[in-house]
Amino acid sequence: MKAGSNLEKVLSSGHFAATGELGPPKSADPEVIKRKAALLKGFVDAVNITDNQTAIVRMSSISVGTMLMGLGIEPTIQMTCRDRNRLAIQADLLGASALGIRNLLCLTGDHQHFGNHPKARGVYDLDSVCLIAMVKGMRDEKKFDCGEEMDVEPRFLIGAAENPFADPFDYRPYRLAKKITAGADFVQTQLIYNVPKFREFMRRVCDLGLDKRCHILAGVGPIKSIGMARYMQKSVPGMDVPEDIIGRLKAVPKEQVRKEGIKQCADIIREVRDIPGVAGVHVMAIEWEEAVQEILELAGLLPRPTL
Amino acid sequence: MIKAKQKPLAEIRALIAPYQKILILGCGTCVTISFAGGEKEVGLLASSLRIAAGMDGLQKTFAEATVQRQCEWEFIDAVADQIKRADAVLSLACGIGVQALAERYPDKVVLPGVNTTFLGMAIEHGVLVERCRACGDCVLGLTAGICPIARCAKNLLNGPCGGSQKGKCEVDPEMDCAWQLIYDRLARLGQLDRMEVLQPPKDWAKDYDGGPRKIVREDLRL
Ligand code: SF4
Ligand code: SF4
Repeated sequence: MKAGSNLEKVLSSGHFAATGELGPPKSADPEVIKRKAALLKGFVDAVNITDNQTAIVRMSSISVGTMLMGLGIEPTIQMTCRDRNRLAIQADLLGASALGIRNLLCLTGDHQHFGNHPKARGVYDLDSVCLIAMVKGMRDEKKFDCGEEMDVEPRFLIGAAENPFADPFDYRPYRLAKKITAGADFVQTQLIYNVPKFREFMRRVCDLGLDKRCHILAGVGPIKSIGMARYMQKSVPGMDVPEDIIGRLKAVPKEQVRKEGIKQCADIIREVRDIPGVAGVHVMAIEWEEAVQEILELAGLLPRPTL
Repeated sequence: MIKAKQKPLAEIRALIAPYQKILILGCGTCVTISFAGGEKEVGLLASSLRIAAGMDGLQKTFAEATVQRQCEWEFIDAVADQIKRADAVLSLACGIGVQALAERYPDKVVLPGVNTTFLGMAIEHGVLVERCRACGDCVLGLTAGICPIARCAKNLLNGPCGGSQKGKCEVDPEMDCAWQLIYDRLARLGQLDRMEVLQPPKDWAKDYDGGPRKIVREDLRL
């Protein structure tokens, strides 16, 4: 065991994993966390806590992660390269590990231009690949980025993200390979709506043998409204929402769109589950945590294993 | 070359408000080529400022001069008399020229008339683009001659982020994704295997993070 987290146990024992996501509030209110936590508790193996997602300032990932542990939920904290240099990242990770956090997702981060502080200086001291390698060095060699040694190393299951739908498509499996070589133990993908394209991506990933070196979790999420689908299709960089996905939601009466969105998400989970190399799903229902239980129920992924 | 953009007229007028005799000093090199601070722009700006001052009933005089390069002592010394006669020098050179004046004329007020914007080139008439950030440790040899520091919004060293789509950057759909360009050019050169090599973190101490930089060439010193 590299970190001994529940997620690591689920993945290494060969269970099909299910992780969730929780977006921290744009305030100092702990009640929001408690409410959202209650909606996820027991239904997923670990919960990602975003780090200033879309470059909007929110309660920090590590602090929310600590609160979740107190509520009996295993957190996966996220760390971006946008807001912190290598000093700050290493300091925060030492602290996170000392607090008992065991899963970490390493990201480059959305550009600050998208968020609510577009005049901020972006840090980008490291990129996600360098960040992964640095964390692996800390964990496995007890070494800081500078090469100095530490007494007690941080213990994390190291996660990476990959977007199968970004360009150049041919390069994406190789970029994933780079992250795995750098030290990623698990991968969570961008939201998948174009399943055939994801299947092709996974075929190439398996041809490179990457599924044997790393646990790959397919990113899924329910669509709440046709407006949201159109927005993702047109305005979110790197998102691929095919017309038939929207067509299915358009075919039902307006008041049933949410219900259909949940069913559609469960259907996508069933489809990706059958794709060779997929070790689990990561359900992103940000600001719609209520939907997670039903989605996983419909997809046949409940109850979760207790290990 | 260094690219610059003239400051808005209102900002320039506010900068010169306390002074009567103003010398507008252009530079004949980079800012001339980027149409921001050459002889022509000096003339146009002087006319605009004269008209504006006249409308406000202000007694201001605007002298005009342009030197070949404001970043070299010998060139700015050529207009030493004009500089001495002025209350303030409004420089249309890049930030280097402005500072050269400030250093050479310790008692003279020196004001910037342009915003020094980037190191780049014109890809077509009137379209200037950034190409280098002077990072102090050039990686172009690894990236097929396309700079991921100046041209990737996140200065990534290990390939395109998840927002690269249809060749464009997630930050600005008008801007090419530097990593798509690098990928395409490496493919053309038969060097795509370079995209698989893990690049270590960059040494930013060679960039401005190491403090102000200086090059001393002992072999050239007199
Ligand atoms: S790598 Fe550095 S020196 Fe080379 S072009 Fe880019 S910014 Fe300039
Ligand atoms: S889209 Fe391309 S240029 Fe823009 S930040 Fe991502 S990798 Fe860099």
